[in-house]
Amino acid sequence: MTGWSMLPLLAVMLPVLGMVLAPALGARGAERLTLALLPVGFALALGTAAAVQALGVPLVHHLGHWTPPLGLALGADGIGAAMLLTSTVVVAGVAVFARAGFGTSLGMPERRAAFAFWPLLLAIWGGLNLAVTARDLFTLYVALELLTFAAVPIVCLDGRRETLAAALRYLLFALLGSVLYLLGVALIYGAAGTLDIGLLAGRLAATPPVLVAAALMTAGLMAKTALLPLHLWLPPAHAGAPAAGSALLSALVVKGSFVILVRLWAGVLPPSPAAMQALAGCGAAAILLGGVAALAQTRLKLLVAYSTVAQIGYLVLMFPLLAVPGVAEKAWTGGVLQAVSHALAKSGMFLAVGLMTERLGHDRVADLAGASRVAPRPLLAFGLSALTLMGVPPSGGFAAKWLLLSTAIEAGQWWWGLVILTGGLLTGGYAYRVLSAALRAGPAAAAPLPHDSRDTVALGLALLALLLGMLPLASFGLLQIGRVGP
Amino acid sequence: MIVDLALVGGILALALGVLVARQAFAAVALFIGYGLLLALAWGRLGLMDVALTEAAIGAGLSGVLLLAAARRLSAAPAQEDSPPGRVTRALIGAGCAILTCAVGAAVLLLPDAPPGLAAEVAANQRATALGNPVASVLMAFRGLDTLLESAVLVLAVICTVALAPDQGWAGPPGAPQPQADGPLALLARLLPPLGIVVAAHIFWIGVDAPGGKFQAAAILAAMWLLPWMAGIAPAPPIGTRALRITVAAGPALFIAVGLLGAMLTGAFLAWPSGFEKPLILIVEVALTLSIAAALALLVMGPRT
Amino acid sequence: MTADVYGLLGAVLTGLGLFGMLVRTEPLLRILAFNLLGGGVFLVLGAIARRGAGAGFAADPVPQAIILTGIVVAFAATTIAVALLLRLAARKDDA
Repeated sequence: MTGWSMLPLLAVMLPVLGMVLAPALGARGAERLTLALLPVGFALALGTAAAVQALGVPLVHHLGHWTPPLGLALGADGIGAAMLLTSTVVVAGVAVFARAGFGTSLGMPERRAAFAFWPLLLAIWGGLNLAVTARDLFTLYVALELLTFAAVPIVCLDGRRETLAAALRYLLFALLGSVLYLLGVALIYGAAGTLDIGLLAGRLAATPPVLVAAALMTAGLMAKTALLPLHLWLPPAHAGAPAAGSALLSALVVKGSFVILVRLWAGVLPPSPAAMQALAGCGAAAILLGGVAALAQTRLKLLVAYSTVAQIGYLVLMFPLLAVPGVAEKAWTGGVLQAVSHALAKSGMFLAVGLMTERLGHDRVADLAGASRVAPRPLLAFGLSALTLMGVPPSGGFAAKWLLLSTAIEAGQWWWGLVILTGGLLTGGYAYRVLSAALRAGPAAAAPLPHDSRDTVALGLALLALLLGMLPLASFGLLQIGRVGP
Repeated sequence: MIVDLALVGGILALALGVLVARQAFAAVALFIGYGLLLALAWGRLGLMDVALTEAAIGAGLSGVLLLAAARRLSAAPAQEDSPPGRVTRALIGAGCAILTCAVGAAVLLLPDAPPGLAAEVAANQRATALGNPVASVLMAFRGLDTLLESAVLVLAVICTVALAPDQGWAGPPGAPQPQADGPLALLARLLPPLGIVVAAHIFWIGVDAPGGKFQAAAILAAMWLLPWMAGIAPAPPIGTRALRITVAAGPALFIAVGLLGAMLTGAFLAWPSGFEKPLILIVEVALTLSIAAALALLVMGPRT
Repeated sequence: MTADVYGLLGAVLTGLGLFGMLVRTEPLLRILAFNLLGGGVFLVLGAIARRGAGAGFAADPVPQAIILTGIVVAFAATTIAVALLLRLAARKDDA
């Protein structure tokens, strides 16, 4: 344990402390505290990544000096550091964006939505940071619940009946998912007497209790990640939330359970090629069915939500490739890169869609004509994000999908490659539908466009997703640190 | 053994009753009975801390919450999804039966020499200065979980406030309670002083024996809820600064002390040696008050 | 032996709770079923705690502490679900 391990710990605790203090500070105080925490959080995430890269080993912090199995460990490896950076960047973008809708200026009475939004944002930030750094399976359960409890009210902040119904459905799905996960955790403890990820590595034999636990935890995490066929809650929830909320839910919340799933199958649970094929099969179905469903949507927000269903599918394509010597390293990089690039692109896209909807007064895909006049920069952000989702070079999505495609072929599992290519075409299809409709000339803009800093945020996130693909591949060596496997 | 089998039979019967009940009110009543029997089961298993918590939170506070919900829903039922068809039901039933068998088999096939941490806890308990091993786990070995859980309660309070209508969201929580008379009013006046003493006792013995902050907080919450339900003590508005600070103080202090440990010893949540017991007690007192306030607010629910 | 009996009860409650969550249509009954399911999970953990009795303890304190934390988190989940449900029902009146 070195002093550096304090960095990821603080990256978790500061947002949690902010969330706890938020009610006492009131809406305006919470907003200002959040904005003040953003640079600190960014420095902590950057410092964590630099320390992991420089030391070449994961950072581990033993809480209260108690070492596992009795104590709890928390720390950062390559994937953890990458996700800490991602969550901080997305949260920062969303926070700046959300000031227009949830800000409280001096002397303004405290509004309910503003009172709730800032602590919920902080809880998602802290919850995700915890989910990617905690090393104990039960602490991870608490992280999942933090994410759920923060995400559900964001869906129905506007208090409309449809969003309340979507939130209730989401909550029941999520609770079911976490309780199944917890049952698996219980059986793991019964079988191994520890819940520490590091100690469990390589220690679990494929006995019946462990196999049942593996099935339960996988099913529970699939429901939380909205991996098909357990995705039904996602489209109404992600489409119903306000734009800033949708961006958080699609970009970050589903990634928490995904990272836990990765940690379980790459290191903790006994290897199971059949389960990995099945998991990737669900991913393939998600890519294809989610893409087709997105093509068929008439509302822009629902289209983007179904696009998330499809993009989640790409995340799990890495699983069958992680056990193949020689390609595991590249497949791992591809999977993590997909998680990061989707987070950046999808948050940018949801914010852009929110701005377009706001200025057009609706989100019907068929009636988007004129969007290029009233919302040119959000439309550009939408287009740039779509490049990453499609996997067009030089975007981050291209790097991710190319790595997955080439490793699938190298591993002799060419069928995943076909799915990736088809998925790219479907994504291109729904992106084209939106862009072609939006580029048609509509009624002339009534007034000159006011400057809106939110445009810059959406554009910035989309650009970051694009620039990710221009990083030299060698810099992804960070992601390999702490990876378990061939 | 006969006691155990009778208890298991009773719990199963009540659980089945909850599932087949036609009316929400009946289902909740059966559920409360289920919670009480479950508390007995915890006692039989030798998990006294859990037994107390189950009775106080699982049956008590949940019961109050669910009964009130059932009453309000009988006046205005929520929308229902369409029921699954016969075939779907059969498939779901088969799936659940498989789940039960799989989990049952897993439980029976756990290693004969159970791996566990009882010996580790016993070996290290002295260093925590607490006599109750469960308290040692909650406040030292797995202190992070306890801290996060208290933060989850603050988050849950924020959630319920977020679910209030825009009109008057910052007012007193929950539905207005009509003033009661007769036995309830009498009880609501007599019980709280007694309950507070009991809560203090449970908190204090929790250091070395079963009991502790959760159980004490649940009792304190009940002692606040009782006069509230009797209509003789209206809840303070959610906008009240003092109320909000009460909810936040415990977890915030816990984090602050954790950071103090990090500065002094290099590890978050390390209790500086020599000061373990007083520091743990101060944090636990603050946590108990915050948790009690949060639990009560959660049972009252959002303003309607 | 005692541990196994309650562990099996936990397994049955898990199945029953899941069935109720998937088959019942009234949201309040689904919430109750979630609590049955949660009770089943905690009982499985309790059985594991009991199996791990030793070093002078009637049960392994670590899973016991985990159950305590779990019960409080499950209660918080129940309150959020109930609040959401009541709000939805009130909204239906408005509509």
